[in-house]
Amino acid sequence: MSVKRIWAMFNARNKEFFRDRAAFGWNFLFPFLIIAGFAIVFGDRNHGQYKVGVFPAQEGGVVAIGSALPEKFLHTDHLQFIGFADLDTGLEKLRHHKIDFLIRQEGVPLQYWVAESSPRGYIVERLFQASFLEEGAFFAEKIAVPDLEIRYIDWLFPGILGMNMMFSALWGVGYVVVRYRKNGVLKRLKATPLTAFEYLTAQALSRFFLLLFTLVVVWAGSDLLFSFQVAGSYLDLAIVFSLGGLSLTAMGLVFAARGISEEFTSGVLNFISWPMMFLSEVWFSLEGAPDWVRSFAGVFPLTHLLRAARRIMNDGAVLADVSYECFVLLGITLVFLVLGAFFFSWNK
Amino acid sequence: MTPLLEIRDLVKKYKNLVAVDGISFHIRPGICFGLLGPNGAGKTTALEVIEDIIPATSGEIFYKGKPRTASFREEIGIQFQHTSLLNFLTVRETLATFQALYRDVVDIEELMDLCHLREIEKNRNDKVSGGQAQRLMLAMALINKPELLFLDEPSTGLDPQARRNLWQIVRTIKEKGKTIILTTHSMEEAEYLCDEIAIMDHGRIIAGGSPSELVQRYCPGGTIILPRENITTPLEELPFVHHLVHNRVEMQVDNVNEGIGELQRRTVDLTGMSVRSPDLEDVFITLTGRQLRD
Repeated sequence: MSVKRIWAMFNARNKEFFRDRAAFGWNFLFPFLIIAGFAIVFGDRNHGQYKVGVFPAQEGGVVAIGSALPEKFLHTDHLQFIGFADLDTGLEKLRHHKIDFLIRQEGVPLQYWVAESSPRGYIVERLFQASFLEEGAFFAEKIAVPDLEIRYIDWLFPGILGMNMMFSALWGVGYVVVRYRKNGVLKRLKATPLTAFEYLTAQALSRFFLLLFTLVVVWAGSDLLFSFQVAGSYLDLAIVFSLGGLSLTAMGLVFAARGISEEFTSGVLNFISWPMMFLSEVWFSLEGAPDWVRSFAGVFPLTHLLRAARRIMNDGAVLADVSYECFVLLGITLVFLVLGAFFFSWNK
Repeated sequence: MTPLLEIRDLVKKYKNLVAVDGISFHIRPGICFGLLGPNGAGKTTALEVIEDIIPATSGEIFYKGKPRTASFREEIGIQFQHTSLLNFLTVRETLATFQALYRDVVDIEELMDLCHLREIEKNRNDKVSGGQAQRLMLAMALINKPELLFLDEPSTGLDPQARRNLWQIVRTIKEKGKTIILTTHSMEEAEYLCDEIAIMDHGRIIAGGSPSELVQRYCPGGTIILPRENITTPLEELPFVHHLVHNRVEMQVDNVNEGIGELQRRTVDLTGMSVRSPDLEDVFITLTGRQLRD
């Protein structure tokens, strides 16, 4: 292995990236526009169905038979009831905007929790109170959850960064290498002493460097406007994003390993990236989704990246708390690197 | 003297196609060897197998008397027929990038002068002309002081001036003692640059030797050319090997004066007649019945 050759290819790829002004600009503009757009449109998180957490959940159904919850409330349109085993689990979801309202369905009076500054929580609370009118008496106790709310933009931000990393890694490696194979650049490189391992290492390192560079610039620019709150350590967050960037880049190498059709590769990349984007909870929580969907989401590196990043950023978790996600990302990276190197072909 | 390169019974098959069908030849150090043939003859495939870009189906390839090793790529230079460059690098950066891939390299300034790249050294690769790109790719092929240089159709797509310019550079390289193997479908290019030629058709080598030997062997004499309408008798009755090319009849004769005499005896109108010395095109026509560009 020659570090000089890897360095030469690393430099060449970086120069290409920085000089392709359209692609370069878009890499920064895209995540920024998405963040700005969602901050404006969904700043108050006024979209979708209202989610009501209920605990303790009944086996075979969310609401217990004979529950004291008013029938009218249970049959209100646009309310989705999600069961939790205990208060702690429900409260954590409430703090993370995964649910809007939380009720204990045992005992009298009923107890409910709502985030003080949540507009969605406020609306559900009003619906809840109104449903007691026919019952004649309101027998529920409110427990406000103060100062624990995480802004939606704070929850969304890691998702946007992760999504940008995903697109940049998959297209910047997978698509570009396929284009090089098609137009003969790889064939020309094959005619030199450069080995496949050296070439792939250079591509991966270059993309990894560019991902982190983009991440820092987008973060700094967005933070100026939105003042993101990071509860945990910036260093831990950087490590998690680095592992995520590596795993996504390695995934791009797998798609780059074969193929000469840009159209086909583009189709495959779309086929992978769009489900990954939605199932990894970039935009919205999968709370309430079927268990198999949530389990399936675990196959995507982006899922683990975002879980770890949000726990550090929103909850103040330390690296040890997200060690499972870190090891999964590391494992995915190694598996994809081996697969990418094994299947790589210079030629058409 | 041990040949620099020796090819024995080289075969390259694809599913339903035999692209290279058992070719054998050897190349002495310091010469320019040409694989001449029409498009689809198997020249590029043969070259890419020899370059170790694609695997052979069977056959043997010896470099300096031994099978090729990993160091082969350090000692050869390749200019492919179709290559894209890294668009956003400049000419100088491209050379520097490729220079970093080899152990023993030429000074970039020397290559700039040799390949006339000085004026465009700061231009990005996507902003250079076809001729400039070919010169750059030639410089890339020379960056590692190759002992053996492969040029695949080096002047294809160039205008006449750019082609002459490139040929001059190749001649200069040859004068420096490099061994060159090139493919071409241009008999003019082959005659201008090559010391030895192998003519390929349908994946096989059908003739080999120096250009003058080939002409002497297959096309002694010359070619008398007449407008088709001058010959009123059926062409089949002519006592010469002949071909109809663009409404002109080309007759290959062993002796031009005797040939003209024969035409006069047959009262053929000689208005518009021209006489041409035979070249490799004639050799190819004689061997295959087709033109190189068919």
